[in-house]
Parts: sequence; structure tokens; C-alpha cells
Amino acid sequence: MGPYILRRVLATIPVMGVVAVIVFLMLRLSPGDPAAILAGDQATMADIAAIRERLGLDQPLLHQFVVWVGELLTGDLGKSIYLNRPVTGLILERVEPTLALSISTMIFAILFAVPMGVVAAWRAGSWVDQTIMGLSVLAFSVPVFLIGYGLVIGFALRLDLLPVQGFVSLWDNPVGFARHLVLPTMTLGLVYMALLARITRATMLDVLNEDFIRTARAKGLAEPRVLILHALKNASVPIVTTIGLGIALLIGGVVVTESVFAIPGIGRLTIEAVLQRDYPVIQGVILAVAGVYVLVNLAIDLTYSALDPRIRF
Amino acid sequence: MSTARAIAPVSSAMPGEMVLDLRGLRTEFRGEGPPAVAVNDLSFTVRHGETLCIVGESGCGKSMTALSLLRLVPRPGGRIAAGTAMIGGRDLFTLSEPEMRAVRGGEIAMIFQEPMTSLNPVLTIGRQIAETVMVHENVPWSVCMERALAMLRAVRMPEPERRLHEYPHQLSGGMRQRVMIAMALACRPRLLLADEPTTALDVTIQAQILDLIRDLQEQTGTAVILITHDLGVVAEMADRVLVMYAGRKVEEAVVDELFDAPLHPYTRGLMAAMPHLGGVGAGRMRLAEIPGVVPALTDMPEGCPFAARCGRASAECRAAMPPLEERRPGHLVACWHSGESPDA
Repeated sequence: MGPYILRRVLATIPVMGVVAVIVFLMLRLSPGDPAAILAGDQATMADIAAIRERLGLDQPLLHQFVVWVGELLTGDLGKSIYLNRPVTGLILERVEPTLALSISTMIFAILFAVPMGVVAAWRAGSWVDQTIMGLSVLAFSVPVFLIGYGLVIGFALRLDLLPVQGFVSLWDNPVGFARHLVLPTMTLGLVYMALLARITRATMLDVLNEDFIRTARAKGLAEPRVLILHALKNASVPIVTTIGLGIALLIGGVVVTESVFAIPGIGRLTIEAVLQRDYPVIQGVILAVAGVYVLVNLAIDLTYSALDPRIRF
Repeated sequence: MSTARAIAPVSSAMPGEMVLDLRGLRTEFRGEGPPAVAVNDLSFTVRHGETLCIVGESGCGKSMTALSLLRLVPRPGGRIAAGTAMIGGRDLFTLSEPEMRAVRGGEIAMIFQEPMTSLNPVLTIGRQIAETVMVHENVPWSVCMERALAMLRAVRMPEPERRLHEYPHQLSGGMRQRVMIAMALACRPRLLLADEPTTALDVTIQAQILDLIRDLQEQTGTAVILITHDLGVVAEMADRVLVMYAGRKVEEAVVDELFDAPLHPYTRGLMAAMPHLGGVGAGRMRLAEIPGVVPALTDMPEGCPFAARCGRASAECRAAMPPLEERRPGHLVACWHSGESPDA
């Protein structure tokens, strides 16, 4: 187990390296010149050239890459071109709303999706199953922003139950924090929930047909115990895998959801940085997000052996 | 055996006392079209300490009979359409679901054919045995685990203390079937249903498992219904034999009587299809096979379901189902021609 973990952790290094190369090249090769944007409308060619030189953008690509990676290795993500502040600080400032939204979304989705999928599989073919699966197709098909605006119109504007948009820090006002998170969480969580419910149902259907489920019933166990201990534990590996893969989905959704609800998180930071061609910020954000994704999936891989004793490393 | 009295006998049972009295069981499957009758008007009894073997080809309703007794017929589609099953003065088929759960694993336990897939792969052996004890006897978990260990010893599991904490994939097929038996007998059931418990095992292991079942039965007095298609197993284990064909009982007799004087052509066919060692012409003799296959459950012929495969079938056979008749004391058979000499 120990050597396996070490190997898996080491294996993330080349992955992150590839991410770094792709991020770097994608930005440099895309049209748009940050120096021109920074210089403004009135700037002369000489002004722009001076800014380019100051930022090192006049250097060859390879040189820029080496300098950037060298700084990365010392933990320095660089300075924002636009705000002239360290990228690390910018990301840390914006991390709380995004982290809060992502975690609440995961909890919301898992809490609803897994029981829904289990019940749908247990009563496969019944109206309960058909209703749950129908709703999940709907939730999966409607775009995130449409769900978001729909919920805002309903719960915030018509019923006036919840704030329309914005974010309050947990440390400042826990109640306000929770109230502000409800609608974004539902918006982002519905898609995720739909995906997870379908995977849970499909996996549970397979497991419920297994001989050992018949054995469990023949022992006189009640259905909840059969479903949760005997069936769900066997179905957990594919479900947990989907939870991990779904984080990629979540990251895309966070950007849209933060825009809809005007939440000052990483998603908004990314959009602003892209619009301003703020290379260091974009690079920093993508690297940080990719790092989180890789680490979460590493953690999930490592839980497999706890869920299924047949998986040993 | 050295493990004598490893487990307590079934409580409050007298030798020869009736354990199960099944009458008129009919198990159907409904889909599109006419219902498929998997078990048709089946009646039998089992007594304390007795082993009843149910014999027949695949698809003749043996397993469905066992699942019907536990009311675990696959749903949706399957249902018990008629019958009564008296055990301990109650009819299983009228019990509520919670009452039925107390019967499953408590009064009636079952061992399945596939030891490789019948145990939960993600739970330890000990936990799976102890769990049965917990739901039926409502005792502390530590007591359940002690019972699990005692049961592993009773089924002669090597290194029981270690096995308790292992998972099914760490055990061989024979050991898994021992675990299934330990699990089934953990709550001292009055009736054990063993559905082809040795079919999936190596021949040498088969004999060990059968010995084990017989020894444990002698210790506990549990009644056993052993489902098999192997007449060798029948000869070894049975007190009484019930031959099923296409969901019906076609013959029933005490084991010696059945082997000495089988009356139904199907029973005779099964016996002729069994290989003998060292018999006349041994070595190069062709086994007699029964031509044809069991008719589809949705498309049962009007008369005797075996008529299409039977060498002695007459117009009478095709017209009407023969009734079960007691041709000799304790020997029931459903065949229009059973009174005739077999060689005719």
C-alpha cells in the first residue's frame, strides 16, 4: 500500500508538467496582445514595445517558459500583469467562495442522488423509477445558466425567500453565508445530481441481480440493510469514480454559476483574467485547478481498496 | 466425528415430527402472454431429521420450489398463485413480510448452488455469518461473532480464527460452500434447503460437503430438502426422493424403493442416463439419453408433459394428465402406464 501511494503521488508530477506546457502554449499562441491591452487606446507603438520588454514578452517562447517554470518551482505563480499583484494572493482571496460552492454542491448532489438512484434501482420499472429518471434527464439537459436564472426568478424575486446574488463569508455571517449559497448550490448541483443518480441506479441494478443479494434476503435481512450494506457497498466503486470525474464537470459549472450569481470566486477571477489577457493569472488558476483535480482523483483511487477488499495495490 | 455436538440441536423438535407440510403449491411467472407455471400443484412433507431429495432436469421447478418456500420468487413477474406451506402451525404463504423475514434464515435456511457468487465480496466471512445471528436473535455483536467462529469450527473450516476476518475471494470454492453452510445453520433452522450445493464443486470436495451436511444434520436433527440432478448424490443422501418434471411431482418414494423399482418412465430414463462403473459392458457402453427437452413452461401440453419424450406414450397420455396414485405403499407415481411391467 505504501509504495503504491508513493508511486501514485510521483505519477502526478508528469501530469502536472504536461498541464503546464499546454497552458503556457495555449495562451501564447492565441491571438491578443496583453501589452496592447495594458497600454490602452492612446498608446503609441513605442509604449507597447516598452511594456512588452518590461513583462519579458519580447523574449523567445522557450526562454519565457523556462523563466516561468523556474518561478513555479519556487512556489511563485508570478504577478498579475493588470493588477501588479502576486497571483498566489489573488487566488487565495478568491478561494473561499469557490471552495464553499463546490463542497456544498457535492454534498447536495450526493445526498440526493445516491438515495434516488438506490430507490430507482430497487423499484426498477415502477412509476417511482420512471419519475426519478425522467427528472434526471431534464436536469441533465437544461443548461446551468437557465436553471440558475429560473431559480433566481422563483425563489429570490417572486417568493423573496433568498438573496438574488452575491456572497458573504462564513466568518463574517454564517447565516448569510448559507442563504447566499442555496441557489448557486442547487443550480450547479442539479446536473451533477442527475449524472450521479443515473450511475447509482445503473450500478445498483447490476448488483441487485447478484446471487449474494438473494443470499442476504434468504438470511432474513430487511430490505434497507440489503440495499445499503450489501448492495450499495458493492456499487460504491463506480459511484465514487463518477463523483471524482464529476469534479471536472463541477469546475466548468462553477465558472458559469459564479457569473450568474455574481460570486467573487475563482471562476470570476478566471473570466476577468481571460478578458484582460492576464497570462500569469490564467496560468496560475488553470494550474491550481488542475492540481486540485489530480489530487482529488488520486484520493479517490486510494479509497477503492477501503471500499472493495478485492482491490489491493 | 471429533466435532460431535459442535452445534446445538434444533430445539423443541421430536424425532419424526412433521416440519413442513406443503400442499398444492403453484408458482407462476407472468409476462406477456399466458403465465408460465414453474411449479404446478406440488405437495410433499418433510419430517424432523429427514432428507428429502428433489430430482429433475434443469428447468423442472426444483429451485423455484425452494425459493417459493422462502417467498423469494424473483419479482416482478413471479408469484405464488396457490398452496399452503405449514411450518410450526403457521402457513408460510399467509405470513406478513416481517414475519416471513423471521422465518428466512431462522426457521428455514438455504444454501445456494454457486458458492463463488453467493457470498458478498466486500464483507468479511465472520460478519456475514454473525449478521444472520444478529437479525434473528437480537444478541450483542460480540456474541454473534463468537457464534460465527463456533459455526466455522462446526463446518470444519481450517484456521477458523483467521478465516473469520477474511473475504470470500480469499477462500476456495469448497471453503466458501462451508461458509454458506455455517451461515445457513447459524440460527439452528428446522429446515435446510440445499439447492444443488455441490454442483459447482470438484468431485472430491463434493463428497466432503455432502458428508458435512449429513453430519451436521445428525447433530442438529434439521430436516433437509436437497435439490439435485445427480442421482449419485440422491443415493448417498436421501431418505425419500421426489422426482419433478415440468413443474410437477411425477414420482415419490423412499430411496431404496425408488432405485429398486422406479415406476415413472422419466425416473427410469434418469437412471439409465447415469454412468455406472464396472457394470456390464463397462468401458465402451453408450449412456442412454432421454430424447428431447422439457416443454416450455408457457406451452404445456394438454396431457402428460413427458408424453412427447416417452417411449410408452399412448393416446391416453396425450389427452389427459395422469393423477398421482399410490401404486405401492408409500410409492406415488403419476403415469397411465405405471402398472405395466417396465420391460413391456
